Parts: sequence; C-alpha cells; structure tokens
Amino acid sequence: IPGIRYSALTPNVQGINRVLSLGNKGADEIAIFSAASESFSKTNINCSIETSLQRFSEVTQISSQNNLPVRGYVSCVIGCPYEGKIKPSQVIPVVQKLLDMGCYEISLGDTIGVGTPKSIKELLQAIQSSGISINKLAIHCHDTYGQAIANIAQALDMGIRCVDSSVAGLGGCPYAKGASGNVATEDVLYLLEGLGYETGVDLNRLIDVGQFITNVLKRENMSKVARAILCKRQDDTKTTAKNSTTK
Amino acid sequence: MSSRMIFRRIIQYNIMNRRHNSSSSKNNFVRIFEVGPRDGLQNEKTQVPTPIKVEFVNRLSRTGLKFIEVTSFVSPKWVPQMGDHVEVLAAIDRIPGIRYSALTPNVQGINRVLSLGNKGADEIAIFSAASESFSKTNINCSIETSLQRFSEVTQISSQNNLPVRGYVSCVIGCPYEGKIKPSQVIPVVQKLLDMGCYEISLGDTIGVGTPKSIKELLQAIQSSGISINKLAIHCHDTYGQAIANIAQALDMGIRCVDSSVAGLGGCPYAKGASGSASGNVATEDVLYLLEGLGYETGVDLNRLIDVGQFITNVLKRENMSKVARAILCKRQDDTKTTAKNSTTK
Repeated sequence: IPGIRYSALTPNVQGINRVLSLGNKGADEIAIFSAASESFSKTNINCSIETSLQRFSEVTQISSQNNLPVRGYVSCVIGCPYEGKIKPSQVIPVVQKLLDMGCYEISLGDTIGVGTPKSIKELLQAIQSSGISINKLAIHCHDTYGQAIANIAQALDMGIRCVDSSVAGLGGCPYAKGASGNVATEDVLYLLEGLGYETGVDLNRLIDVGQFITNVLKRENMSKVARAILCKRQDDTKTTAKNSTTK
Repeated sequence: MSSRMIFRRIIQYNIMNRRHNSSSSKNNFVRIFEVGPRDGLQNEKTQVPTPIKVEFVNRLSRTGLKFIEVTSFVSPKWVPQMGDHVEVLAAIDRIPGIRYSALTPNVQGINRVLSLGNKGADEIAIFSAASESFSKTNINCSIETSLQRFSEVTQISSQNNLPVRGYVSCVIGCPYEGKIKPSQVIPVVQKLLDMGCYEISLGDTIGVGTPKSIKELLQAIQSSGISINKLAIHCHDTYGQAIANIAQALDMGIRCVDSSVAGLGGCPYAKGASGSASGNVATEDVLYLLEGLGYETGVDLNRLIDVGQFITNVLKRENMSKVARAILCKRQDDTKTTAKNSTTK
C-alpha cells in the first residue's frame, strides 16, 4: 500500500544483500538490533556489543550505498535478565554509535518490561543530556509487569513521538515463559487518543485484525481494549437481536 | 457500646483525621486500600464459601496491607456474595494496626455494624455517583436522595466515632451518560466531605480515563478548594489505562490507591460471552509501580502474590496481575534450575 513502509530485520550482511536482491519485493527499510547489556548481547547473538556494532556497520555501509533507511534497536535499556539494572551510561554509547552509522531512529527497548515511569524518565533525560535529540528516539516497552502504558505515557511527556507495539499484544516474554511481552497496539492507541494525539489508525479495524490473528494462533487476545470493545459489541448485538424480536 | 470500645474508636477517628489533615502531600508513603474481598468478590461469578472468604482476608492481613475492605451490608437478595457479612466479620483475625472496613449503604447497615461491637468494622464506606443515570440505575434513586440517605448514616457514625470513607463512581465516564465533567464530580465530593467522610475515593468505574482526563479532574477538584490529601484514586483497568492513570494521580499528590489482589472483580458494564472485561486494577501491579517510583507502602509483594494465587485457584479464574504472572513464571524457572543443579551434582 503506497505510503506504508514495510520493514525487515537484517542482522548481517547476508541478510541485507538478500533484501536488496529482492528489488521491489524486498523491504522499504531495514532494522538492526543491538543491546545495552554485554551479557545479553553474548547470550543472544553470541558476541560482544562492540563486535555486533562492527557487524552492523558493514550492514549500514551497504544500506547507505543503496539509500535503504535503517532503524536501530537497543535491547535491555532499563534492565537485563542476566545483569539486572542497566545504567543510562551503558545505553548512551550504543545509541550514539547506531546514529553515527546512519540509523534514522533508535528504538529503545525495555526488553524485560521492568521499567516504571521513573526509570524511563531518567533514561530519556540522560540520553537528551548527552546531546542526542529526542526526535531520533522511539520507545519499545514490554508489558511483562503491566507498566508499559504508564511508561509510554511518560515517554510521550518527554517528547517521544514514535511508539512500538504489537496488535493483540502478540509475543510473550522469552525470559519469563508465560509472562506478557509486547504491549498491545490497541491499548497504546487508546492511550494516545485519550491524550489527544493523532495517529491515523482506526481502532475498530485494528481490533478486527487482532481477533483474526489470535483466532489463527488459538491464543488469548492480550489487549484489554480489544476485550472490552468486543464484549460491548456482543452486548450491542444481543440488544439489537432482542429489540428486533420484540417488535 | 463499652467505654473501651468508644475510647478505641475515638483514637482511630482522631488518627484518621490527623493523618488526613496533614498538609504535606509530597511525602513518600502511599496507602494501598485493598478492595479484593468486597469489590473484587462482589464482581466475581463464583459464590465463595464463608470460610474461604475469612482465609482470604486473613492472608491479606499478613502482607503488610493496612486497609482491607472486607464486606458489604447490602441485602443478600441483591448481592448474594455479600450475604455472609456478619459471619465473615465475626470470624476474621483482627490484626492490630489493620483497619477492616465494610460498606453500609443505609441506616440499617450501619446500625447492624455497630451492634456487632468489636466484631463489626473499624470504618465504614458509603457509595455515591457523579452520574444521575448511574445513581438511578444502580441504587434506584437520584444523587440528591442518596446523599440524604447517607447523611443519616454519617450522623450515626459520627455519634459513634466510626470513620467513614466516601466513594464517588463514574468520575470520568458513565456507561449510560458517556463523558462526565469534573463539575458533576465536585459537588458530590464536597457534600461527602461535609458529611464527615475522612477521604473520598474517586472511581473511574468503567476504566475510560487516561492520564489527561485524570489530571483535569484532579486539577478541577483542587481548584475548587478541596485538598488533595482528602482524595484517593480507584481506577478500573477495563482499557488497560489504570497503571498510567494511577501514576498521573500520584504525580498530583494522591497518596492512597484502591486496588484488588489478582485484579479480582470484572467489569459488570462490559460482559461478553467469554467473560467480562477487566475491572479492578491488580494490587500486585500497583505495588510494582509504587516501588519503581520510589514510594514506601509497607506491603510485601511476594506474600501478596501468594494470596492472589490462593484466591484465583479457589475461584478457578485467571490471575489478572501481570506482575504475579511474571514472578510466578520466574519462580517456576528457578525451581527447575535448582532441581536440575541438584541432580547433576
């Protein structure tokens, strides 16, 4: 659909070359994933942060030659499943390097969802104080501890204008199997609309997509907004049916 | 009532008033008002036997919570779940320092509480609404009439030095009227305070609030001259906004938050075939927020999670607390790791 950017993750040179080889059946932008935690980097992609950034700079050299925009992700910006609390001073250099490589935006990931508005605020303040502009940043909160919506509200307060989310809250937490992972797009949209922001997204259509995919996956819909609105739709249907039979 | 009972009540009454007349709202302590046994169970389909309710309250009493809403003196005809209010209050352990509260919608209710002496309640609660339609549909009378009824209750409670907490429902939105203006909320809050309520719990009954509407409401209430330390916040998580709304309320000086362990108590205004939508916010999730923000609460999260598991097992319903689910998963992982390590030694 014209105007929509379809993106794909490319962790290495092989990946980006494959994307480029697909021409207009490739991707409109690519993404690279680093981490603020050494332990997480080593456990997740088997190399240090430094090595992963070198690997990614090879990718971004190719992408810039081909005018393919790159988005950078940094995992574990608040806490790490192995190291515990992560300091902003661990996050800032990684963000800076990804920006220097040419990423148009860095998505800050609270990978294990341990952030609360205070730690989110401290992180964003520290990043801004280091000279990085807030409009280069996006927020990627996980809802493992139910704090995502509050954290996103805090990030918006500080000028963040891009939020990552997953319809129906798809994607559990791999570090606490059975626990929540991604925040639900429907719930984010409800927050944004309540706060007076424009998004261009239709909540009802989004809910329908969420239902489609959760039915396919035979899993529960993690979005509270979706559940509430689907309940109301059922109530409305019953009322309409009742009214037609009593006419 | 014995003079010892009267003395005890006077002390409690004075402590409540002194605490809530304190000028500082920037202090670090937040009171969690646990409504699971009443608001939670009342909105659960499964009828819970009296001994289980008692066990539930007793376990909550051992988590560090200091305010527990135990039951409601409503007619069992309307709310069968609360029919055993006398028996539950008679049987629960009374831990010193914990205030066990009960709803008393009318004079009959408060007189019954008072007649129970030290097997009654340490404080009572009265429920009004900011929406006329909600008041009429819920309790069959206008807001004005309900307040008159409550003033009869508060006359008796003040004569007996029994503290009263006021609740206002539908402070942001109403299932029938839609958006509610702060100007509809303020007079009700004021009248409840004038009657002698030590605190007013503002309820976003259908969970439609977001930090913006919460902020606007609290600003309007403060601008009208009502002190923030007379207010508590009672957010429903129907649309997943409760934690964000509570964070906003705390930012504005609110230092008392209502919640329900395991998020017991679905939303009676959005019932679906697959169960109703979310209602009460989970105490565990609130506690996680409060601790993350640096507030003191005196509540032990792990013990709270254990109580949540206890009651959700009994009710055979899912635990709505994300914090509980995450921590229970981690506990299982830790158990597996320990078992694995012992076998490989």
